[in-house]
Amino acid sequence: MPKDSGIGAPSKRREDVRFLTGAGNYTDDINVAGQKYVVFLRSSVAHGNLNKVDTAAAAAMPGVVHIFTGDDFAEIGGLPCGWQIHSRDGEPMAEPPHPVLARGKVRHVGDPIAAVVADSVEQARDAAEAIELDIEELPAVVDMTDAISGNAAQVHEEAPNNLCYDWGFVEENRDATMEAFEGAHHVTTLELINNRLVANPMEPRVCIGDFNAPSGESTLYTTSQNPHVIRLLMGAFVLGIPEHKLRVIAPDVGGGFGAKIYHYAEEALCTFAAKTLKMPVKWTCDRSEAFISDAQGRDHKTKIELALDADGKFLAIRTETLANMGAYLSTFAPAVPTWLHGTLMAGTYTTPLIYCNVKAVFTNTLPVDAYRGAGRPEATYQLERVIDVAAREMGIDPVEIRRRNFIPADAYPYQTPVAVAYDTGDYHGTMDKLVEVADFAGFSARREASKAKGKLRGLGICSYIEACGIAPSALVGQLGARAGLFESCTVRVNAAGGVVVMTGSHSHGQGHETTFPQVVSEMLGMPEEMIEIVHGDTGRGPMGMGTYGSRSIAVGGAAMVRATEKIIAKATRIAAHLMEASHEDVEFKDGMFSVAGTDKQVDFGSVALSAYVPHNYPLETLEPGLEETAFYDPSNFTYPAGAYACEVEVDEDTGVVEIASFAAADDFGNIINPMIVDGQVHGGIGQGIGQALLENCVYDESGQLASGSFMDYAMPRADDLPMYTVDHSSITPCTHNPLGVKGCGEAGAIGSPPAVINAVVDALQSGGHNVTHLDMPASPDRVWAAIQAAK
Amino acid sequence: MKLEGSRIIAADRETVWAALNDAEVLKACINGCQELEKTSDTSFEATVKQKVGPVSATFKGAVELSDMNPPESYRISGSGKGGAAGHASGGADVKLATVEGGTELTYNVDAKVGGKIAQLGSRLIDGFAKKMADQFFETFQKVVEGEPEGAEDSDENAAEDSEKKSWIKRLVS
Repeated sequence: MPKDSGIGAPSKRREDVRFLTGAGNYTDDINVAGQKYVVFLRSSVAHGNLNKVDTAAAAAMPGVVHIFTGDDFAEIGGLPCGWQIHSRDGEPMAEPPHPVLARGKVRHVGDPIAAVVADSVEQARDAAEAIELDIEELPAVVDMTDAISGNAAQVHEEAPNNLCYDWGFVEENRDATMEAFEGAHHVTTLELINNRLVANPMEPRVCIGDFNAPSGESTLYTTSQNPHVIRLLMGAFVLGIPEHKLRVIAPDVGGGFGAKIYHYAEEALCTFAAKTLKMPVKWTCDRSEAFISDAQGRDHKTKIELALDADGKFLAIRTETLANMGAYLSTFAPAVPTWLHGTLMAGTYTTPLIYCNVKAVFTNTLPVDAYRGAGRPEATYQLERVIDVAAREMGIDPVEIRRRNFIPADAYPYQTPVAVAYDTGDYHGTMDKLVEVADFAGFSARREASKAKGKLRGLGICSYIEACGIAPSALVGQLGARAGLFESCTVRVNAAGGVVVMTGSHSHGQGHETTFPQVVSEMLGMPEEMIEIVHGDTGRGPMGMGTYGSRSIAVGGAAMVRATEKIIAKATRIAAHLMEASHEDVEFKDGMFSVAGTDKQVDFGSVALSAYVPHNYPLETLEPGLEETAFYDPSNFTYPAGAYACEVEVDEDTGVVEIASFAAADDFGNIINPMIVDGQVHGGIGQGIGQALLENCVYDESGQLASGSFMDYAMPRADDLPMYTVDHSSITPCTHNPLGVKGCGEAGAIGSPPAVINAVVDALQSGGHNVTHLDMPASPDRVWAAIQAAK
Repeated sequence: MKLEGSRIIAADRETVWAALNDAEVLKACINGCQELEKTSDTSFEATVKQKVGPVSATFKGAVELSDMNPPESYRISGSGKGGAAGHASGGADVKLATVEGGTELTYNVDAKVGGKIAQLGSRLIDGFAKKMADQFFETFQKVVEGEPEGAEDSDENAAEDSEKKSWIKRLVS
């Protein structure tokens, strides 16, 4: 029988009541009295000298309050980058300025040039059109290989040859890795592209800047995954507003997927404009504008080589990757192709030697940053693809070759050759589970059935691991992070017994308002409905680091446990006083304090009331009140892992690929709410299938975004996706956080693309088409062309 | 994008050349051209209304005639800004050769767009540019050759067109 509340219960998502009835409170639902509207004039060319921005005529148009240009920000900081990478030669990465509004040059289509503030959106839009620009178009840098060829235009003077950094990892292992390739029995080489993606959260970005002149306090309402980080970055590095005079509120947020982590120019502009003009201003992005202003994802070009011995044991891996940074460094961009990517190249395997070389490249395209999975999908895709190719080349079953190389279940903690140490895992266990739930035994019969319909059926598998619960501040600090990555929580027990949990994590689809109370409910022995979650407002909770990298329950949840433990400790002392016992003798169970060996007991509600009505209270040893804060900084990442299987049917005549089935066997450690975990995995797989079969962000040779709308950028729809089989019954609890949880938000998007492509290649091979590899998305035209080319 | 084409016009090369340099003819042939004002012998200011896929805009810009090699070849090019819609530029290298039955006109067209028009309509640009070029030279042929008397014209611009078709007569008279 599943539990009906607390840890492990499939509690219904309480936030869905408002989301599904249209009662959510999103940033665009907020209107501040007297607000003006902001419209950005953006570059329509990818690269050019910005010789003139003449706002005179536009400023005189009806309703126009003010027009800001790059000159207004000449004395103010640009947008900061939160992570510094050092090149192989020890030099820090090239870090060119990232202005709020362009000055001197425009560097990508959509680069903001001016911001018009007017009484209405329409007036602002008309005025933006009337601004006279003189842009001298320059050759655009689009292709990464061209960009660093020495013959391309320069995106930034500060980055010679358009190179941001040239990173090697693990540099000390480089020679040994090269040597291992010399003597290897077999080497498999694969060149592939991890396609650029547009995040496209359902809710586009919105910012409202407000300024209270008497108090001098600025408020920014924004669609953010981490309001505290925005307050820190924007206050300290861009606008010079101290944190006690700056409040950032991120209310209901309609999806982020990474694209709402970063500090954007529009946030700084709206906060600055409100303070300068002493009036509230609002900017609402539309879908077309989101395509040319949100940070994009992935975009790696990789050559990976795998050295094997005669038994199919992996001896060494080496990779060369070009990673697109776009035109400017977005907040966490440099970390994605390096520390979030190279450290995952061991995967679930015992490969002893690994060397990755990553060159990060500036181009005249939108900035690229973390997108669901961030670096780990790129690592997993190349690794799981090259293993599949090697298995086929050596005539070894794809499950078998993986099993021969899995880290054994008794090897934990396991130190990989790529810095990270896995605390726990069981990859044979998840593979066993996959073989069972995906019914591998019945595959050949299903293949025959597909054949009878004239379709080629393929089975593709993948064994992924990811490092998530993005944290250890000490570790990420060594790796170049300019911020700490702890999490915080305040638990406030009110006098009448209700509990408010203020978390630094932010919920934008993850269901924190449901899962977080489940934990506190279990710990305090009170109904979930008595517990309310507050998040997304720097004015209402302690400094937190936000939600990304599947860190909310592993880091934020752990902080909540620590704060709740402090509550229990203090409440125990109060209870001991009330029962005239020593606190060492007091037990707390199911919401009741009792003295061991007696019938004395007092309930949690009475203790809470005494904390706030301290008439008879041990003031000399305890403060009144029942409110505790904890900051939690873990000792390691968490390492969710699992095995995925995809079956596809391919129509040889049209190249159309249909997903016939998809099964996931994950190990997320302990599970708080299995229903929400199912939903997270479903969403992640949906995005992974989108990347593998449909989505592709394309720029033409002049840097124009050719896939800039839903007509040309194919998002997955319900009819593109199968019913999923999801299993998370394989559990090896995380050893270093109090809940034993690992995080589940990104797994689906990490593990699914290689499974899909492996399945497509398997289907084509089964039809006698000698196709080794297909780049994503495996659209009908690409599949058809691959079939023709293999003839 | 690039495309090429040719057609044979029932007129001698000098007549065709003269038409290629006539502002009125060019205005009639550029689809959606609302204004075309001569600013020199080889340059014009133009206002052209166009619709590419979902984006419609009025482009203001310049039309230039260059690489003049009368009466054999020239390049006609233009670029315009369409406000929020973005920008467009393009041109055609035009060559004339005397052939049996008149003059063969061959053209190589290139076109480029930017901004919203590229973001929303780039998939449609090839087709759009081809249509634009075909219409230009088709109208040009009609204007130079003159349409047969009494020809039915169901186009809504019939009145305007019927004026145009007498251009050659006006030219010679």
